[in-house]
Amino acid sequence: MVWYKNPKKGITKTLGKKQVRVPEGLYAKCKGCSAILYNKELDKNYKVCPKCGYHYQLSSLERLYLTVDSGTFEEFDEQLVPKNPLNFPEYEEKVKKGQEKTKMPEAVVTGLGKIHGQPASVAITDFQFMGGSMGSVVGEKITRAIERAIEKKIGMVIVSASGGGARMQEGIYSLMQMAKISAALGRLDEAGLPYISVLTDPTAGGVAASFGMLGDVNLAEPGAMIGFAGPRVIEQTIRQKLPKGFQRSEFLVDHGFVDAIVPRSFMKETLGKYLKFFKP
Amino acid sequence: MKNSKTTAHHSAKKAPKPESSASLAWKRVQLARHPQRPFALDYIEKIFTGFTEIHGDRAFGDDHATITGFAYLDEQPVVVVAQQKGRDTKENIKRNFGMPHPEGYRKAMRVMKMAEKFKKPVIAFIDTPGAYPGLGAEERGQAEAIARNLLEMAKLRTPVIAVVIGEGGSGGALGIGVANKVLMMENSIYSVISPEGCAAILWNDREMIQQASDVLRLTAEDLLSFKIIDEIVPEPEGGAHLDHDRAAQNLKKALEKTLKPLLALSPTALEAQRYEKFRAMGVFQEK
Ligand SMILES: [Zn+2]
Repeated sequence: MVWYKNPKKGITKTLGKKQVRVPEGLYAKCKGCSAILYNKELDKNYKVCPKCGYHYQLSSLERLYLTVDSGTFEEFDEQLVPKNPLNFPEYEEKVKKGQEKTKMPEAVVTGLGKIHGQPASVAITDFQFMGGSMGSVVGEKITRAIERAIEKKIGMVIVSASGGGARMQEGIYSLMQMAKISAALGRLDEAGLPYISVLTDPTAGGVAASFGMLGDVNLAEPGAMIGFAGPRVIEQTIRQKLPKGFQRSEFLVDHGFVDAIVPRSFMKETLGKYLKFFKP
Repeated sequence: MKNSKTTAHHSAKKAPKPESSASLAWKRVQLARHPQRPFALDYIEKIFTGFTEIHGDRAFGDDHATITGFAYLDEQPVVVVAQQKGRDTKENIKRNFGMPHPEGYRKAMRVMKMAEKFKKPVIAFIDTPGAYPGLGAEERGQAEAIARNLLEMAKLRTPVIAVVIGEGGSGGALGIGVANKVLMMENSIYSVISPEGCAAILWNDREMIQQASDVLRLTAEDLLSFKIIDEIVPEPEGGAHLDHDRAAQNLKKALEKTLKPLLALSPTALEAQRYEKFRAMGVFQEK
């Protein structure tokens, strides 16, 4: 992973082979164009296919390396871990699996750092941890990150990767995280501080329907699936196939819900530009 | 609100046996969806006087699954926001089975802002299987419409009371549910996902809805014990569908009792109370 610089001491140790997620093995067929890609080559290119530009999912830690200036990140609230308030079947096992897969205690990493020289409070969700779904811990960590932005009078950046939306296993508690985070974003807004929402593949359900869509500026990676309902649910409801490109980043720009599509290699610089412009 | 995309890979697993042949939660789900249950307009007619409906989101259209208007609760002017189901096929098609499009949430927001401007309290009636998952809804930003309401409702400088009268279906319900006080009718349900959706994900079997109803903890008693809601409004013996008048009387009493102390609070205190209420929600361990 040559393009990673270490923004947080000690974190490289946790980045084993397992962090390299798609495609596995030495080489694989590209999901976008079916070209044969060498993983080394893919890693060098921020996990974007050099031939067709397909953006592979990143882990939170990979995203962190790519987004936050080297040596500036200070993580907060890693001590927060989920409970099983509903006594929901197999929840503990799913959490454990997510923790093993991601080496993270929960589906989001939050902290303070600099992005292209600009201070920001940052939250990054990880799709590999239970689909990036939001339970009480994700809700609390993001809310605290927003409150930290208000306290420090700096901007907020949230990178979303959540196909799961609100986490079923925590039931109504998960649903209420949507209100909790949105209310905190309302306070950030009133404090005159910027919030930039970065939407990556996929962002859906309760995550899209709360902090995902509430940015002063909503940015998306190319080709990301972004929407309220999942494509399968919609197809079942309307009993027809969805048109090509439906709920993709480009579709959201066309319909006025995303400000710009930003390729991965430009994201950090772009975020820095906005944070600088909006600086109070 | 779970996206099926992420869950399609789950293999079928054996479900635990239900604790009794027909669990309380499952009975509640059926009652909450009962076609003869009082719907929003039934309550509005029986609780308020002088209801005047207003229409449209001023941007795209008028959502018929969402009703908004002005009325009087006794002498007190109130702004009403409600989700409306239909009783027969024809009406259900008109009401889209109580599933709002983005216009519904935006219309609701428009009248709630008016409530703030004219210093009137808001009373929201929640009764939806969920926000509509469709082409137009996605094109017009269902996610954005709900998200915006969550943010804006939290900031309203006027009293807001929400009452779940039937189904509280996930984000579609919460989209008009960020209130100072949240009530539930005794046999209503409020859940992050439908029992059918949960059963499909957990056991790959939509027939397991009874068990799913149990594990989701979606009854009024569950939510009261979780401190997510503030009060349970009793229903007549056997369920609200057996006696609309009695159900409406009970709800009217509860609304009067709940509204009175809120009217005494300052706009700043109301906003703060609502913020703190939702801020405190969530269960986690801090090691
Ligand atoms: Zn490719």
